[in-house]
Amino acid sequence: MRTISVQKEDGNQIAIHAFPIDEVGANERADFFTKRSVKKDSKINALYLALSMCDLTTLEGADTPGRVKQMCAKARYPVPPEMIEPFLKKKKWGPIPSVAAVCVYPSMVPVAVEALKGSGIGVASVSTAFPSGQAPLQVKIDDTRFAVENGASEIDMVINRGAFLSGDYQTVYDEIVAIKKACGETHLKVILETGELGSYDRVRLASEIAMEAGGDFIKTSTGKVTPAATLPVTLVMLQAIADFHKRTGKKIGMKPAGGIRTAKQAIQYLCMVQETLGPDWMNPHMFRFGASALVNDLLKQIFKEATGHYYYDKVFSID
Amino acid sequence: MNFEYAPSIESIDIVKIDPKNKLFIDGKFVEPTSKKFFATINPATGEPLAQIADANAKDVDLAVKAARKAFPKWAKLSGKERGRYLFRIARIIQERARELAVLETLDNGKPIKESRDVDVPLVAAHFFYYAGWADKLEYAIPGKDTKPLGVVGQIIPWNFPLLMAAWKIAPALACGNTVVIKPAETTSLSILLLAQIFQEAGLPEGVVNIVTGAGETGAAIVNHPDINKIAFTGSTEVARIIQKAVAHTDKKLTLELGGKSANIVYEDAAIEQAVEGVINGIYFNQGHVCCAGSRLLLEESIAEMFVDKLKNRMEKLRVGNPLDKNTDIGAINSAAEHAKIMKLVESGISEGGEYFEPSFAIPSKGYFHKPCFFNKVSSAFSLSRVEVFGPVLAISTFRTTAEAIMKANDTQYGLAAGVWSEKGSKVHKTAAALKAGIIWANTYNKFDPSSPFGGFNESGFGREGGRHGLFPYLSIK
Amino acid sequence: MSGLNNELKIAKTIKLFIGGEFPRTESGRSVPVYLAKSKKIYANLCKASRKDLRNAVTAAQEAQKGWASRSAYNRTQILYRMAEMTEGKREEFIEVLTNTLGYTKIAANKAVDEAVDAFVYYAGFADKYQQMVGAVNPVSGPHHNFTSSEPVGIVALVCNSKFNLGNMVAQIAAIIASGNSVVTIMADEGAATLAPLSEVLATSDLPKGVVNLLTGDLAELHSHLGTHMEINSLSYQGTNKKVLGELKEMAAGNMKRVIPLIAQKDMLSLDHLINYVEFKTVWHPIGN
Repeated sequence: MRTISVQKEDGNQIAIHAFPIDEVGANERADFFTKRSVKKDSKINALYLALSMCDLTTLEGADTPGRVKQMCAKARYPVPPEMIEPFLKKKKWGPIPSVAAVCVYPSMVPVAVEALKGSGIGVASVSTAFPSGQAPLQVKIDDTRFAVENGASEIDMVINRGAFLSGDYQTVYDEIVAIKKACGETHLKVILETGELGSYDRVRLASEIAMEAGGDFIKTSTGKVTPAATLPVTLVMLQAIADFHKRTGKKIGMKPAGGIRTAKQAIQYLCMVQETLGPDWMNPHMFRFGASALVNDLLKQIFKEATGHYYYDKVFSID
Repeated sequence: MNFEYAPSIESIDIVKIDPKNKLFIDGKFVEPTSKKFFATINPATGEPLAQIADANAKDVDLAVKAARKAFPKWAKLSGKERGRYLFRIARIIQERARELAVLETLDNGKPIKESRDVDVPLVAAHFFYYAGWADKLEYAIPGKDTKPLGVVGQIIPWNFPLLMAAWKIAPALACGNTVVIKPAETTSLSILLLAQIFQEAGLPEGVVNIVTGAGETGAAIVNHPDINKIAFTGSTEVARIIQKAVAHTDKKLTLELGGKSANIVYEDAAIEQAVEGVINGIYFNQGHVCCAGSRLLLEESIAEMFVDKLKNRMEKLRVGNPLDKNTDIGAINSAAEHAKIMKLVESGISEGGEYFEPSFAIPSKGYFHKPCFFNKVSSAFSLSRVEVFGPVLAISTFRTTAEAIMKANDTQYGLAAGVWSEKGSKVHKTAAALKAGIIWANTYNKFDPSSPFGGFNESGFGREGGRHGLFPYLSIK
Repeated sequence: MSGLNNELKIAKTIKLFIGGEFPRTESGRSVPVYLAKSKKIYANLCKASRKDLRNAVTAAQEAQKGWASRSAYNRTQILYRMAEMTEGKREEFIEVLTNTLGYTKIAANKAVDEAVDAFVYYAGFADKYQQMVGAVNPVSGPHHNFTSSEPVGIVALVCNSKFNLGNMVAQIAAIIASGNSVVTIMADEGAATLAPLSEVLATSDLPKGVVNLLTGDLAELHSHLGTHMEINSLSYQGTNKKVLGELKEMAAGNMKRVIPLIAQKDMLSLDHLINYVEFKTVWHPIGN
């Protein structure tokens, strides 16, 4: 099997296997999870779980403190508790969880940190010249340090796709190591930008490099490129995580981002995680959804389950 | 958190099962001469579903007479007109798809997910495919004018009741033949619903006749003097009896029999997809598949890693109520089959294979069996040679391409084989050397009406599907 | 039925059929169609311009890749649905044929039968012809060698000036069965059938742009057809030798395949269909 070789910081060479993936087979296996039928109490569990795994995201050039504060309010209370309390009481369900984290640009980190004080919700910051990653390494390190120093609890970096696609895996590896260093104790998610990589083989290889280099999570996409997250791409990454765990004992988290808009899709992903990695990954510490619209669809479905009929989104805010 | 799937049971309200099911002869449902009926069981519960008519030699004779009477008119129809009937039937199958799928699951035990997403769509597709051939028979054999054979007798098995009916009936009718067909005695209900669809489509009386029953009914068909051709899908043992029985007659014969197909996984395979392919190859349809990949040949260098992944994957399979949409593996079709599988598993253990079964529980009511495998099986074990026809995999290793080919061919069967490698030339070389009628490279259990299916050696002769599927139903003018 | 008398009945507007939609000609021009043997106008048809033609080719281009990548089975289903829709619109076809061409009811019914037959015939061919002209070739040497067929791409179809519904449908069906898209220039005679035919196409799950129907003056359009570099094949089903020669000459610009008149007896046949495919042969070593 083809292997690539990278040199670690300590000078040792490691061989990273380039596992071949058959695209047709991977697509078929992923499709299998769309046939799972999650109903009744397993559906409510799934909806709650998915909500608790969401990273509410705004990454626009037009973001302002006002915009971000608004989103943070929604992150705390996706739906005003008084509006949903009667339904939950009737069904004897627990309170609606808040989302796992918000995800913003470094410049907005201070605003988010302030707005979410005391909530337990994480502030994830993109960095490394997100989304393109086309900048000198020092800029990317500074980008990261700024976010960390201003209170980000998680960093979402992008890999150097130019280096990857030209076969310069050493650079890809080194950059992740450098950013991990700049993170210190802060959690690092490595965005592979799967939509630019061109094949599942490459997604697998990029996953391996990211995990070997010290990433805590591997993430599909920036959300700025189509295709973003898909079931098969996520499957390939989950399988890479499973093998890495077998080899090293380390559990790496996973985050599909972009393109997951409906509760139905989110539940399919949960089935896939459950059946590929198992219960240890079925929590927000190990799995996240990079989403915005998804939160409201999850709420809509919760209301549907509570009332028994198709609901509308007028009981909670759009943003 | 433990993410369980709540039961998601498909409703059976859509199906109306007649408590007493008659024979279908000359376009009508008629009582059996003997007035005898037998029970058909739901293998998921062990409970009877309905009574099925028991056709004797007299009934078979009536059916053949009806088919013979209908033949000249049916054969004289233009291909275009025959095609119209088949297109109509295909459309109605699509419209009543859910009804057919639920009935199939109740009587056969296969998961509703399979009957709904695999079996019934393929059934419609077969009728569509052969409908389009009916008026293009001039292209069946280049330069030759063809004609139908006459009345064909067809005997089909219980593992894919509707699909086997489609594989037999569609090409026979497209070519202008008329049919007398016997479903397996444990799965007669869905073909009787198909008969209602034939009526709805206005198929002329006598073109298809259905005689339900067991071995004696089958023998009556095989031995009937006014049948021009026999098509049989089932076990090699029964096929031997049939082949002898027709030896001194002019009856044409095609057989689609058992297999002990090898799934070869080379070290340079796409491993995750190969694992899925192996699982699908032997556990799909509870292993009741003639072309099941029941032998796994692993290149030794990846054997341990692969078997580990297999075990992990098997732990995630869901065995249970076939009507639950989340069920992956349903019930074994009958008590008899269940006993047979258990006996073979016992003998495998006594022979010394390393047995593995997943840790989850399976239902105690009904006939269920865990998907399982025997590791480190030698070619000399009976498990490497005898068809189990159940969810039991025999695993052994090889070290070179030549050895893999030799081991894969080391069987009296020759129905299918799987080859897993990312190296194209090796896939082609292996495929060229394997003595099997269907080679699945980097995939398994793929079926299509346009793809010819059939075996080498003792897995039978003749092909079903594709242009080649016409040959057994035509003769040269 | 409304209580209004015939004078106030709402007449159908017959527009072009391009990209799955019904635009008027951008030129705003029209051509009257008369009731058979009368001076009374039945309807005004659009007189397509070269810009309409250009738009139709663009629509055909956008649609072709997706259409070709559908499974053959899917194309079978869609063509069969066209037969279903045509049968459902029998009365409308009869109305057009009797009113504008003076067909008898019997002749009109026969024409509809032929159209239905043609759709069904090619529906049944879409997943068969590959097995008749494809091959595994017995090359000497350790190579797996196979020939398969692919659609040529975008076909411009010029219909015969002598109208025949069954033939036109057969020609369109033969072209699209293998995954081509088509821009059809209908003849003047019978052009009013564009209305029910386009509705059949629009209600059969056919992707937008796979079939485009234009009515207009062939003499005005034919040089644009012949020289358009994005048309891959020209099917000239007319009988004018001079026009055919000119089209063949213009076709040299991008080596268009030019398909001349297909005989009546070959209207439903394998050889008709394979006019619109290319053959690709692949070699692959067989070795360890």
